[in-house]
This record gives sequence, structure tokens and C-alpha cells, in this order.
Amino acid sequence: MDIPSFADLNLGVTLPAVFLALGTTVLLLIDAFLPKERRHLTAWFALAGVLVSFVLTLFNFGSSETALAGMFVADSFTGFMNLVALTAAAITILLSIDYLKRTGNARGEFYSLLLLSTAGAMFMASANDLIVVFVALELLSIPLYIMAAFRLNNAKSEESGMKYFILGAFSSAFLVYGSALIYGATGTTNLQEILASIGGIVEAGSSAIFYLVIGAALIVVGLGFKVAVVPFHMWTPDVYEGAPTPVTAFMSVGAKIGGFAALLRVLVTALPFLVAGQTVEPVWQNTIMIVAALTLIVGNFVAISQSNIKRMLAYSSIAHAGYIMMAVAAAANPFTADFAARSALIYLLAYTFTNLGAFAIALAIEKDDGSGTDIKDFVGLARSKPVLAAAMAVFMFSLTGIPLTAGFTGKWFVFQATMQAGLVPLAVIGVLTSVVSAFYYVRIIVNMYLSDGEGDEAAGATPLVNWAVYISFAGTLLLGVFPILATNLTETVTLLASVAP
Amino acid sequence: MVPLWMYLAVGAALFCIGAYTVLSRKNAIAILMGIELMLNAVNLNLVGFWRYQAPENMSGQAFAAFVLVIAAAEAAVGLAIIIAVYRSRRSVVVEDVDLLRW
Repeated sequence: MDIPSFADLNLGVTLPAVFLALGTTVLLLIDAFLPKERRHLTAWFALAGVLVSFVLTLFNFGSSETALAGMFVADSFTGFMNLVALTAAAITILLSIDYLKRTGNARGEFYSLLLLSTAGAMFMASANDLIVVFVALELLSIPLYIMAAFRLNNAKSEESGMKYFILGAFSSAFLVYGSALIYGATGTTNLQEILASIGGIVEAGSSAIFYLVIGAALIVVGLGFKVAVVPFHMWTPDVYEGAPTPVTAFMSVGAKIGGFAALLRVLVTALPFLVAGQTVEPVWQNTIMIVAALTLIVGNFVAISQSNIKRMLAYSSIAHAGYIMMAVAAAANPFTADFAARSALIYLLAYTFTNLGAFAIALAIEKDDGSGTDIKDFVGLARSKPVLAAAMAVFMFSLTGIPLTAGFTGKWFVFQATMQAGLVPLAVIGVLTSVVSAFYYVRIIVNMYLSDGEGDEAAGATPLVNWAVYISFAGTLLLGVFPILATNLTETVTLLASVAP
Repeated sequence: MVPLWMYLAVGAALFCIGAYTVLSRKNAIAILMGIELMLNAVNLNLVGFWRYQAPENMSGQAFAAFVLVIAAAEAAVGLAIIIAVYRSRRSVVVEDVDLLRW
């Protein structure tokens, strides 16, 4: 076995993720050595780290190189996912500072955990090897378990952390078992080498194909838990309700960014030719389609009956995972794979801005003891806090997918990709469930504008939280009015062609 | 020599026992042990596959080492969370942990 030279490692292109991971360790030290009255600066150091990583990603954007002996790939897919993950981290830091202070949990290690988790999502987006997928998934998840249980002496938060931990660890065991089976069938863990060896296995019709199919299925189960698709969604509402609100906000986007990035990489880059019989589409397409359809239906219909805003947004995040799953199903068709991957990326960006914005408003009206998260608490918000109410209305429209908001742009691309791949029934389910979703999103707007009652004074709406709302609001509107911003960034995304042997 | 399928059979059996433990036990510590069992079943598979299918490619062994490390990290975090729950409720039985229900 060759020992790679230092230059072969090509560390330059790994810098955005590696900087963040190493910076986190430094941040822990900074927090430990800062005098007590300066501890609040840790958050700003964390934000600075995110910004540096953002700039490094922009410098590397558009390259298409592998690094770390082929285990790491830096292309536009990685770059775009990195930008989305870092944006989510930055907005979460803005949300966390005052929230942690007023709930009595202002401890600096929170920001280290947050950045580690972000780095995990970035490594997942650049994984080119099953080992990296697994390690990055754990780097993303383990800090999230801790963050979910971060509220000291709060039974709900501890319970949420425990539930998330048990189901998360359970699901990653499935993922790694699936990886082991794929390694057994192909003799390699590198995604490109798996791709290269699959053709021979399928043609020979050897028994190794069973390992591949079971392995792919187990990987879908493992990642399906992380991104919360039906039937692996049972933990989501409990964990989202119990975790501290900024953590829920980050969890709802960060885990999905990492999970879908890895799902697209493994299925589209490594296993696109895992076919049975004479079809073009790989065997996993049907499974993904069924999962997507179930997720859309269950997520949207159960959300209607929720009375807690965090639980409602949990079911709404399950439903949105269904829309991204539609794009994954469309990516099974080799002719539409790249466009479908693009649409998933654009949807994730739109979802990130909108969902973080919605959680920011929920956080603003939440009381210090964790109450005030009921949908009834939105009554009259348009009179007491007109600006926040207007922003919330836009976020709700965007989650529904009304034109001129980011949500519409995302859905438009996903539906187009689904149609191009010829999955008309799935697209129909997507459109119909979008209509259903309007019911529970518009209910919040009705509560804010049309119901009588004293508005909440939104004590949590500190200047930092307001800034988080403004940033999400700007992102939601910009992406809705000028979709070209996102389409330009994803123009060179190729999951399939870049690796074709 | 012991054929490969025997290693795989033991691995699959261990994995299923682990999964059954996770699904059937009420005690959070026992659930954690079940998860460890599942991860070790994977290690058996990885090392078996490495020895028989691809001895020239070390990634199976490397993967097993990573799984060990991550299992340790997971156990550390998991036990810490379980201790936090125990402190507030004097119980690690998952059925008692039921504040969050709709």
C-alpha cells in the first residue's frame, strides 16, 4: 500500500471544514481562559470562526478536486452545502446568545458543540468514502445529543436529549452495518471505486448484489432516521419540543443538510447503476419514492392537529424532508440526476432561511420557563409586534410555497425535477399535500392578524434575535424574487458526471 | 479454515440480538448495551470481509478502528445524558421518561 505524500493530501481544499473543526478546539480553550466577565465573547469568536470558514468556502468554490487520499471531495455540491450549513450556524449563534442567557444556561461550550456539529455537516457534504460518511455523521450527531439536553435541571430537555441519543445511536448502527455489507460486496469503501466495481457485479449476477441491495437499504434506514422521514420520524416531535429552541432550529436544518448530502452522495455517486433486470433506474428508486410519498402525507396531515408551535414545525420539517426526498427519487434517473441534485440544494437553502426564521419568531415569544410555545400565543401578535408578525407571515407563506418567497422557488425546482424524471404520481402527491399544508400555516397568520386578544409582548425579541429574523427574512424574499441567485451557484453541480469512469 | 459465511452469520446474529435488546429493554443502560452489541457485530463483519474479500485494501480494518472509537464516544455522551436524567427523576426506565407526548 502506498503511503501518500503530504502534497497528495491536498489539504487546501479541505480547509473550510478542517478550519472549523480545529477552530472549535481552540474555541474551547479560549472559553476556558477568558476571565469570567468576558465569557460572553465566546459566542462572537464562534461567529468569527463561521465567517472565516464561509470566506474560505467562497475562495474554494467551483473547484472539483479530491483530497485526503480520495476520501474527501471538494466540488460545487460541497461548496454550496457548506455555505448553507454555515449560514444556519451563524443564524443559530445569533439566536442562542440571549436565549441561553435568559434561560440561565449561558455556557461557552454550547458554541463549540454547535460548530463541531456544523463541521460534521460540512464533512458529510464532502464525503467520498463510507468511513467518512459514518464519522462525519457522528460528528454531526453527538454534539446535537448534548445540545438537545443542554438546559440544566429541565426535565423536558433531558428527556429530549435521551430520546434523540437512543434513536440516533440505534440508527447509526444500521448505517454502519449497511456500509460494512457494501464494503464486503465491492472490497472498497471509496464511493468512486464502488461505482466502478458495481457494473461488473450486476453483469455477473453474483450473490454480491444481495449484499449491495441490503447494504443500500440499511444506509437509507440510517440516514432516514437522521433526516426524519416516515417511517423513521417518531422521535422528531418529542425531541423538537423538548430541546432548547435555538437547538431545535439548528437541528431542523443542520441534520437535514448533512443527512441529505450524504444520501445523495452515497445513492447517486456510488450506487446509480445498482439495477435489477433491464431497467435504467436503480433498485432504490421505488423505495425512496414510497418513503417520499408517505413522508409528505403523514407530515402534512399530522401537523394539522398540533397545538404547540415547536411540534407543528417538527411535523412541518418532516413534510419538507418529504419534498427533498422527492428530489432524491428524481435523482435516480441518470438523465435528470444533476438537475435533481440541484433542486435538492436549492430547496435546502430556501428551507434553511425560512425555517430558521420561523423558529426565531417562536423563540421571541417563548417565555423564560419554556412556556408560551402554543399556537394560541400568536394571537394578536400583529398589534403588539407588527414587524415580527409580518416576517412570520412571510415565513409561513414561504413554507407553504406561495410565489415570490423562497419556498416557492424550492418547490418549483423540486417539482420540475420530479416531472422530468417521469414521476408524475409523486409530483401530484407533492402538489396536493402543499395545499393541505396551507391549512396549518395560514392558521398562524389568522391567529396573528384576525383573532381578537392582547398580543404577546415578545420579550425574547432582543436586537440579536431581530437581526436573525431580518437575515432570514432577507434570504427568504431574495431567493423568492431572484431565484437566479441560487441557480447560478448550483450551475456546476454534478454528482454523476464528475465521477463517471 | 473457517469459511466467511460463518463470520457473517455470527455478525448478523449479534446485530439482531443487539437490535432486539434495544427494542425490548426498558432500562436505558441495557439499551445502550444493545447498541454497543450492534456496533461490535458490524466490526466482526468488517474484519471478516477484509480478511476474505479484500486483504490488500486496509479500509476494512481502518473502518473497524473508527467504529470502536465512535462507539466509545457515543457511550460517553449517552451515559452522561442518562445520568442527567437519573438525577432529576431517580429512574433510567424509558417508560418513566414520558413528559413529551401529544
